[in-house]
Amino acid sequence: MPPLDPADLQAVWLTLKLASVTTVLLLLIVTPLAWWLAHSKKWYRGPVAAVVALPLVLPPSVLGFYLLLLLGPHGLVGKLTTALHLGTLPFTFVGLVVGSVLFSMPFAVQPIQNAFEAMGKRPLEVAATLRANAWDRFFSVALPLARPGFLTATILAFAHTVGEFGVVLMLGGNIQGETRVLSVAIYNHVEAIEYGAAHWLAGGMVLFSFVVLLGLYLAGGKSWRVTQ
Amino acid sequence: MSEISAQFQMQLDTFALDASFTAPSVGVTALFGPSGSGKTTLLRCIAGLEKARGTLQVNGATWQDEKTFLPVHQRPLGYVFQEASLFPHLSVRANLEYGLKRTPPAERKVPLEQVVEWLGLGRLIERGDPAKLSGGERQRVAIGRALLTSPRILLMDEPLSALDSTSKQEILPYLERLHRELNIPVLYVSHALDEVARLADHLVLLEKGRVIASGALHETLARLDLPLAHFDDAGAVLEASVAQQDETYHLTRLDFPGGQLWVGKVEQPFGTRVRARVLARDVSIATQPPQGSSINNILNARIAEIRDEGPHKVMLRLQVGDAHTLLSRITRRSRDQLGLTEGMFVCAQVKSVALMA
Repeated sequence: MPPLDPADLQAVWLTLKLASVTTVLLLLIVTPLAWWLAHSKKWYRGPVAAVVALPLVLPPSVLGFYLLLLLGPHGLVGKLTTALHLGTLPFTFVGLVVGSVLFSMPFAVQPIQNAFEAMGKRPLEVAATLRANAWDRFFSVALPLARPGFLTATILAFAHTVGEFGVVLMLGGNIQGETRVLSVAIYNHVEAIEYGAAHWLAGGMVLFSFVVLLGLYLAGGKSWRVTQ
Repeated sequence: MSEISAQFQMQLDTFALDASFTAPSVGVTALFGPSGSGKTTLLRCIAGLEKARGTLQVNGATWQDEKTFLPVHQRPLGYVFQEASLFPHLSVRANLEYGLKRTPPAERKVPLEQVVEWLGLGRLIERGDPAKLSGGERQRVAIGRALLTSPRILLMDEPLSALDSTSKQEILPYLERLHRELNIPVLYVSHALDEVARLADHLVLLEKGRVIASGALHETLARLDLPLAHFDDAGAVLEASVAQQDETYHLTRLDFPGGQLWVGKVEQPFGTRVRARVLARDVSIATQPPQGSSINNILNARIAEIRDEGPHKVMLRLQVGDAHTLLSRITRRSRDQLGLTEGMFVCAQVKSVALMA
């Protein structure tokens, strides 16, 4: 029997919940964003793309720090949420979701944007000449052709959220059942020199990540060949 | 007002498109010009794929003017791109049905079976994945897909140019068949003179974004003031009909007002209309009916125009009968030795005739 207590299982459950909610939200937010980044000719396309990519290079603690300030009681967003009687977001599950969405955004945007760019304008032009309106073209042509990009984005966003540590610690702390995710639980076990429990959780993460990446490569090999 | 009238201005990278033309509402109108002359851009403007300033009327309906710009999907047109551009995520059948499904039932005039029959798609549908088709087969499916939206005009952007010559030969008979069967106008972009001579009825000639000439095919091809008549493969087109079969020598006589031509056996019934193309370099001139010549086809003609073509060649425009024209390319020396002048009656010896269906 693994030396895990109910708090550890709670952390596993919380992590999966956080990753699922984050992934769903990301796909909803990122699809129009990726479409815009792939097609816009506006001057501010570059700056927007750079901002979206920032979490790739920033240390998570930096992002977490600024989010803590922004969402905290004296921050712009914090004042707004307080005024709306929602309280403040740091040290809550919702706060973690906000942090994770921002932190994992580039991992979701880029595969989808690449897929939209790779298909070019031609399939959409063809669909337009076949009487499909803009929404119809998007759903009947662009989305199916970008399917490999969406698959990659889903897996990367989910896995990246599961593996998140710095942002969670800065923004969410270590509240059992509310913000204590797997990575934080492992950290706690190591701090308490409970290497047995840490092994079970850490080993599980290694296995999970391997399976995810394996699935990604197997799925990635079977993308649509764009025929002339 | 049943015709197509278009007029567009648009600034492009290297030149300005400033083109206007009208085309009849029946038959195939070729937009012809060298690459980079703006013919594809013009076609895209007509489809609404490019937003140029201008006006466009198709069969009395305004598709574009100062106030109107009908979006592409609301224009009842079919568009065939250079590359077939079949949807790779859909089966051949689903590709064919993509536009059909989006055409309101009341507007559907072309049944699937009809298109399948015209373009020989029966076996292709069964094959499922479009990636398994050859280039020519994919283009046939693309043409069928466009026709199934029951368009009121068919736009074709060099549909053969991405194909190898075998695929081209395979697909041309289908295009000729469409030419005979379709009762909608076709705008056909091309830079290949032989394709145009074969398929078009009407010609719009483009150069550097401007329309330099427009008119019936057989007249425009033979106009010596235009660059067409000075191409290496310049020639004239005659519309003739099958008049007699010679079983012994395996020949067919084609008649047209003003003369007749013997050609290799045409397996068509008496009276069938065929189009014959006679290249300028295959027509030689004699001032007397030649004796002991191997050439079968000698036509009485009047020299309508003579124009120098480079240092040693001249091009003659010959009037045959009332309505037909031939081109003949001879040397300047021959012209002087025979004393050829405009208005003279001569014998045009036709060495070879290419039949275009």
